[in-house]
Amino acid sequence: MHPIVRTVIQRLLLGVFTLFIVSLIIFSSIEFLPGDFGEAVLGQAATKETVAAFRRELGLDLPAWQRYLEWVGGVVQGDFGQSFSGRASSGQDRSRSVIELIGPRLQNTLFLAVLTASIAVPLALFLGITAALYRNSVYDRVVNAATLTTIATPEFFVAYILMLFFASLWSLFPSLSSVTPDMSLGDRIYSATLPAMTLTLVIVAHMMRMTRAAIINLLASPYIEMARLKGVSQSKVILRHALPNAWAPIATVIAFNLAYLVVGVVVVEVVFTYPGIGQTMVDAVRTRDVPVVQACTVIFAATYIVLNLIADIIGIITNPRLLHPR
Amino acid sequence: MTDERNRGAKGDILLDMRDVVIDGYSDERWHEIIKGVSLTLNRGEVLGLIGESGAGKSTLGLAAMGFARPGCRLTSGSITFDGMELRSTRESDKRKLWGTRIAYVAQSAAAAFNPAHKLIDQTIEATMRLGTVSKAEAQADAIELYRAMQLPDADTIGFRYPHQVSGGQLQRAMTAMAMTARPDLIIFDEPTTALDVTTQVEVLAAMRDAVERFNTAAIYITHDLAVVAQMANRIMVLRYGEEMEQAETRKMLSAPEHPYTKSLWSVRSIQKKAETSDDYILEIKDLDAAYGKGKNVLHDVSIAVPRGKTVAIVGESGSGKSTTARVVTGLLPQNRGEVLFNGEALPPELKNRKKDQLQKIQMIYQMADTAMNPRQTVADIIGRPLEFYLGLKGKAKEDRIVSLLEMIELDESFYDRLPNELSGGQKQRICIARALAAEPELIICDEVTSALDQIVQEGILKLLMRLQKELGVTYIFITHDIATVQAISDEIVVMYQGAVVEQGLKTEIMSPPHPEYTQLLLSSVPEMDPDWLTNLLDGRAKAG
Repeated sequence: MHPIVRTVIQRLLLGVFTLFIVSLIIFSSIEFLPGDFGEAVLGQAATKETVAAFRRELGLDLPAWQRYLEWVGGVVQGDFGQSFSGRASSGQDRSRSVIELIGPRLQNTLFLAVLTASIAVPLALFLGITAALYRNSVYDRVVNAATLTTIATPEFFVAYILMLFFASLWSLFPSLSSVTPDMSLGDRIYSATLPAMTLTLVIVAHMMRMTRAAIINLLASPYIEMARLKGVSQSKVILRHALPNAWAPIATVIAFNLAYLVVGVVVVEVVFTYPGIGQTMVDAVRTRDVPVVQACTVIFAATYIVLNLIADIIGIITNPRLLHPR
Repeated sequence: MTDERNRGAKGDILLDMRDVVIDGYSDERWHEIIKGVSLTLNRGEVLGLIGESGAGKSTLGLAAMGFARPGCRLTSGSITFDGMELRSTRESDKRKLWGTRIAYVAQSAAAAFNPAHKLIDQTIEATMRLGTVSKAEAQADAIELYRAMQLPDADTIGFRYPHQVSGGQLQRAMTAMAMTARPDLIIFDEPTTALDVTTQVEVLAAMRDAVERFNTAAIYITHDLAVVAQMANRIMVLRYGEEMEQAETRKMLSAPEHPYTKSLWSVRSIQKKAETSDDYILEIKDLDAAYGKGKNVLHDVSIAVPRGKTVAIVGESGSGKSTTARVVTGLLPQNRGEVLFNGEALPPELKNRKKDQLQKIQMIYQMADTAMNPRQTVADIIGRPLEFYLGLKGKAKEDRIVSLLEMIELDESFYDRLPNELSGGQKQRICIARALAAEPELIICDEVTSALDQIVQEGILKLLMRLQKELGVTYIFITHDIATVQAISDEIVVMYQGAVVEQGLKTEIMSPPHPEYTQLLLSSVPEMDPDWLTNLLDGRAKAG
């Protein structure tokens, strides 16, 4: 078996194991949360008996380990259970399955993430490489200062500034980014433009600075000097001789930022009232909708694990020492 | 491999450098690194540039290409290459010369090849830029050159990545790379310094052959007089950025004029009378050792070290000399065999050794730089073993530090200094003082002089010998440098591929008959005779 295939399998198994540990942590930390769904829904006035009956109906009276096993058993079969919301003391069950609830939201979030990534990653790489090429020039300083400013500004503020210019003053894009399943791709992109721009401004700095630093770090290597002394032009030195050796750290930072696009965008979603998974999770936490919270957290953890796995694989395949062993 | 370009007659001036001044930027100001050096180089001629580290050899060599490293600038003077003034030539025009008419061969080929690309792609990069040949033609020519450099598997070796090829082979591939465009001038910047002596012979032969075959002019930079004697027609000695002396090779070797040039021979003037004794302080018996779960790198190693004497372990990189030291110090537990210290078996694991066992064996490393914490003062560094092993505190500790400083010939003013305020030789002295502070019986010196210049080396070796006389301490001296071994050892152990080839008194090991490997090793050490390499190669060819 090629060593890379072996490494990938190892990392995948490790990822599954990590996910298992994460599920334990999620479950037990939710156990430790004060209060429960029954009290939250029925309110202060509820009698002890009604709360107990309600808990029994939701299965909350079972011991924790039993509930955990049931939950994990369901998850591995793709069943994240029923949401608590929609159930009430009336006995009428209008609840929906977690997948039905989260699915469209997750799609929206992924759509926004892909849209942002397809702008931000090429932009960051371009800025990083050109900043390394013209390092210490005016261009380099402007790029650095600009990206640092956008990352240092709170994202809701960036969002409102963009909204002010592009929605209010010039009204190029809508300030409310409501997307619905029946919209065409063009309309979706149009209405998600401002949130995508906001997120781009937030994440581009990390990736751009790492690209620049990783390349500049290599420029002092003897093989770069050698390339120069062979008469290789400055831009080829960077693209052909420095960049191929710089992918590993760059990929790591890109993975980290892409993960952020899935798990950390709730503020931007709220500002633009974008129907993403972040808002769903915040609502679920507020209403103690435990199955939804658990599902969201597992999705977030899996996102981190998968993206980091991809970054690791990129690190391996761009390293000839690992790709072509002696 | 025909030479299509008209090179002009041998003897025409190719490179003319007049009063070149080069500045380097450090400590927030510009310093002169090269202080007005002039040289001329004719077509087909090889000039040896020799001097210690910091003499400005590389800086001057690169200046011959019109190149200044970042943090350096070509301040004044003129650099004329084939009628072209390089100081006023634009970068983009100089780039057209680099790699095609002037080529560079770097010190460490392992670092100077890009790990991300195959050798052959890097080899033909400069010629491909010319646009006169197709990729297939360039590759075919590169393979021819690999063959001329006597690289094994010349047809396929280029399609490997740098990490799949050995250091000596990379160095030859780099010479081939410099040759691809048939340049008029090659700058060789310490091309064999990182190689073992046996490998060095092959690389030197290949380079000399290539230079002669294509009638290429060259500047050969090195700190090793014996090496440059084989390569150069003329030698220039450089010190602190100034020319000390310049002469034809034979004249320079037979009658050096400048006192500095004469001093470059000095380390070879130390001679210690070889003595031994039957009282062994350390006995290594039947040692096998491996890193991790890998294959054994030591096979059945047995070495006996007489008390108060110096045992030199010599061998090439990978011969197991440093691994043996790691087993003795407990850093690498052996798989088999035992290490007796004063007749008592040392536990293999470091953590099972008693404090006094640790105290009695100390180590000095090759890189004094990395063996000291840069944030600790000299007093902290030397004071630590005093506190840890001897329990000294306060005034007693201070006094002892000062007396140790005296012992290594440094005065009290060094007490509060930090490592980066010391020269290379001073750093190594502090490391010696740190080892002595523990009052050891045995000191293992792992290549302690190989990062130092000749004259500094001499000082360190004399110091070590004096300390041995005064304190009766025993040394295990690990080195690949035969000259050093001859200077200071009583006994010699020759190691090859993890096994001991022979052990004996210096006088016995150094005089024939030798086992095959010892013969190869000793005969590969360059001598000050300009005909040495030619004679050696002839001799080896005859012997088959």
